[in-house]
Amino acid sequence: MGKRVAIVGFGQTYQRSSRKDVNGVELINEAVNTALADAELTIRDIDAVVIGNMDHFEGINYVDMWSAEGAGAVMKPVIKVCTGGTTGTTVAMCAYYHVASGMFKRVLAIGWEKNSESDTTGAIITAFHPVWERPTLGGAVAGLAIEASKYMANYGATERDGARVAVRERLHALNNPFAHLHQEWMKGIPVDQLVDLLVGSEQNAMLAYPLRMSDMCPRTDGAAAVIFAAEGTAEKIAPVPAWVHATANSHNFVYAGDVNMDRNTTIAEASKKVFKKAGIKEPLKEIDVCELYLPYSYAGLKWIEDIGFCAYGEGPRLLWDGVTDMDGELPVNPSGGVMSSNAIGATALIRVGEAALQVMGRAGTRQVKGGDVNLALATGFGGCYWGDVMLLGKKKPS
Amino acid sequence: MTNWKDNVKNMIYSGRIKVPYLWNAGMTGSRFLTGIRDRKEIWGNRCPGCGRVYVPPVKSCGECFVPTDEWVRVSDTGVLESFTIVHYSHDMQPRKAPLAYGLIRLDGADGALLHLIGDTDFKKLKVGMKVQAVFAKERTGTIADIKHFAPV
Amino acid sequence: MSKIAIVGVGQTTCTSSREDTFEEMVFEAATKALADAGAEVGDIDNVVTVSNDFWDGRTISSMAVQEAAGSWGKDVSTVEGDGTFGAFYGMMRILSGSFDTTLVVSHMKGSESIMNLITNAMFDPIYQRGLGIDATSAAALQARSYMAMSGATEEDFARVSVKNHGNARNNPYAQLPLKVSVRDVLASRKIAEPLKLLDCSPIGDGAAAIVLSNRKGLKRFKKDPVWIKGVAHCADAFNLGYRDLAKSRALKAAAKKAYKAAGIQKPLSDLDVAELYDAYSYMELMWYEGLGFAPEGKGYELIRSGATGMKGELPVNPSGGVLSSHPVLVAGMVRLVEATLQVRGEAGKRQVKGAKTALAHGINGPCGQAHCVFIVGA
Repeated sequence: MGKRVAIVGFGQTYQRSSRKDVNGVELINEAVNTALADAELTIRDIDAVVIGNMDHFEGINYVDMWSAEGAGAVMKPVIKVCTGGTTGTTVAMCAYYHVASGMFKRVLAIGWEKNSESDTTGAIITAFHPVWERPTLGGAVAGLAIEASKYMANYGATERDGARVAVRERLHALNNPFAHLHQEWMKGIPVDQLVDLLVGSEQNAMLAYPLRMSDMCPRTDGAAAVIFAAEGTAEKIAPVPAWVHATANSHNFVYAGDVNMDRNTTIAEASKKVFKKAGIKEPLKEIDVCELYLPYSYAGLKWIEDIGFCAYGEGPRLLWDGVTDMDGELPVNPSGGVMSSNAIGATALIRVGEAALQVMGRAGTRQVKGGDVNLALATGFGGCYWGDVMLLGKKKPS
Repeated sequence: MTNWKDNVKNMIYSGRIKVPYLWNAGMTGSRFLTGIRDRKEIWGNRCPGCGRVYVPPVKSCGECFVPTDEWVRVSDTGVLESFTIVHYSHDMQPRKAPLAYGLIRLDGADGALLHLIGDTDFKKLKVGMKVQAVFAKERTGTIADIKHFAPV
Repeated sequence: MSKIAIVGVGQTTCTSSREDTFEEMVFEAATKALADAGAEVGDIDNVVTVSNDFWDGRTISSMAVQEAAGSWGKDVSTVEGDGTFGAFYGMMRILSGSFDTTLVVSHMKGSESIMNLITNAMFDPIYQRGLGIDATSAAALQARSYMAMSGATEEDFARVSVKNHGNARNNPYAQLPLKVSVRDVLASRKIAEPLKLLDCSPIGDGAAAIVLSNRKGLKRFKKDPVWIKGVAHCADAFNLGYRDLAKSRALKAAAKKAYKAAGIQKPLSDLDVAELYDAYSYMELMWYEGLGFAPEGKGYELIRSGATGMKGELPVNPSGGVLSSHPVLVAGMVRLVEATLQVRGEAGKRQVKGAKTALAHGINGPCGQAHCVFIVGA
């Protein structure tokens, strides 16, 4: 059997719209140094490196080779992984498997992106088939708008419901010094009013119905690094390691037209696999916090249903009842989530890192449940509905 | 009777990925490039760990994994550690083939800089020969501000 | 070690340009590997694909091969680098205890893009790309450094080309089987001196796949397992001018680890056959040294003596090597496929008699920045 694995350190750069003072390698190096400092390790303690970003966002081919010096990968094994938005969780899972295999004791997972350096939509369009799709497809926003519309049609959800998710993410981000978007103006205004403001504002441009600017994630420059360690080593590094209880993923679609727009079947499948492995029967009750990769607001209504936190169509109720707020039964995205910071290669890894901080009780002003967090769920989303799920826990998995 | 589908020829669809980029050199790289552009000076920096002088300068040493902030001016002449004469052309090359590249270890640096070799009969190139930077007349803050290296 | 085995292999022929799309090629390689293993897609627990966004002209290229790779309903991941690194990851996923079997499949359609531009994009955008450097011109710089250090000559490089192109004539999958002489190689068109046309590999189209299994999963398959006895990989620094290009310390480090696990003490005698990643002729001589077949600087002795020829003490690249077929990202996996076939005794005309322990090698990055070494055996 494989080894038990825990997260023992997490570091991230302050997520900003544009870091003009550093190049990509230097940005990576910042996150790595922060993670090492967090775990009180040196680069010599690291046995292997896994790194991910989206090639066409920085225009670098073979990024693992190009960034070797900054990533601390010189004279170490290094692998590059890229799966679009899920890159960060795919990187985390790869690092997990490195350690679980028994071949490595301390592995560094790095995710980064300098979105300011490229035309994000231009690059994303190249994810689609050059002959069948590219000539007609309009980037990420269009596809997500279709999903949102379908959800509204199927379950009667409204624009206010979507905006309620956006408000939650942005309010949570106010507690997170690392988040990119800090909408200070929202402080002190009641949630209902904030929702009305977003839905009613003419300046809040409609991009593709029903998605407005406020429903989307920003483009961010940022890097993050997470350190995974093996049982026997992890306990010596972190006072409260965040143990990986289960991880799984699913990706069933290649062409945008094939995607099931009714339900997010891949996150559902991946979640089922994780819950089965970890023996979770009632996710809403048993899981204490969720860092859920939401590239846009309506996903926050729908995907919590797909994961199994509530029944289909119930998502809005959970939002409006405050279940997913900081003091709710299942806080979602205490970090502010992807909608508050989206350095694409880093983003999903930050979900994992933030979930780990919650378990470790080290999430500072964004800590939930007074630190009494037993299980935290982190998810990744990207590409053609590539869905990754990782469950972290305070107790060692059985 | 033949089926029209059996007589179809393979179709090839051409395209280009047009994604524009704005790469940050970072402050360390910017100082290096500014030194060349404005002062025709080549600067590197030294790692406090291993003592190596890097040209172009780096923010941290990849071997020692520590910040490198001691700036060191290096000579614009050095030794040709390796070279090649390229006989093919492609869009990214700044000049037509045949063109030559070299790895030049400038006096004061502990490793080599990749650049073009010019102003010489390529047949005369030898590993170990002394070469000197030829600065471009119009310099804009890119590596091309050094036009190429030429034998001394 | 001997915990993970290769139980199925598949490869497409390598050609300069195939009409199939890369998805179709992935499907071909994957189904061939399954058929070879005597298995069905349901016997596969998870999938690792190997592809590269730049070569495919497609962001998240890993996304595009899912259906072709048989990963529907399964956990799937990806590695962007040579196939050997993907195989390494596929192996780790089994060792983790989460899966018993993995299918790893890599693909490449070099014909669909311009190699010089794609490899130019490997280099630093601020300091190197604008100079027009690419994989071949960088390799030429390394070749000359190596010549200066070792005393190896262009004739020595040509000998590698003669051997490998000649060996490729026994390999139905190879792109460029050729009967050439040292004189032919020396007279071939200059590409980037000292490299000439026949010193360089042909970038082409190809796909390859392997099926990995732990002991528990073996019962699903019909082929005799070929065990991974030892494996390791290691990356050098990126900064070309600050690497000792004439020596491959990363390869040495990877080989040391892999040899230790596999109990290899004297590579030249302990190994029966080796498949190395010779993207350019001179590389084979450098890798001899990095792998400890010859002392540093003395790689040329082996090619001159014939020790690495088909009749020699350690035949290297009986398949014709990368010099004869270079679908980038796939080439390392093909080395692993070929090594497996050798151990099984299924390498047909290119079989090294009695081969029981084989080495497969893959590289990644400019001038062989990173190396992966597999030792496989019966």
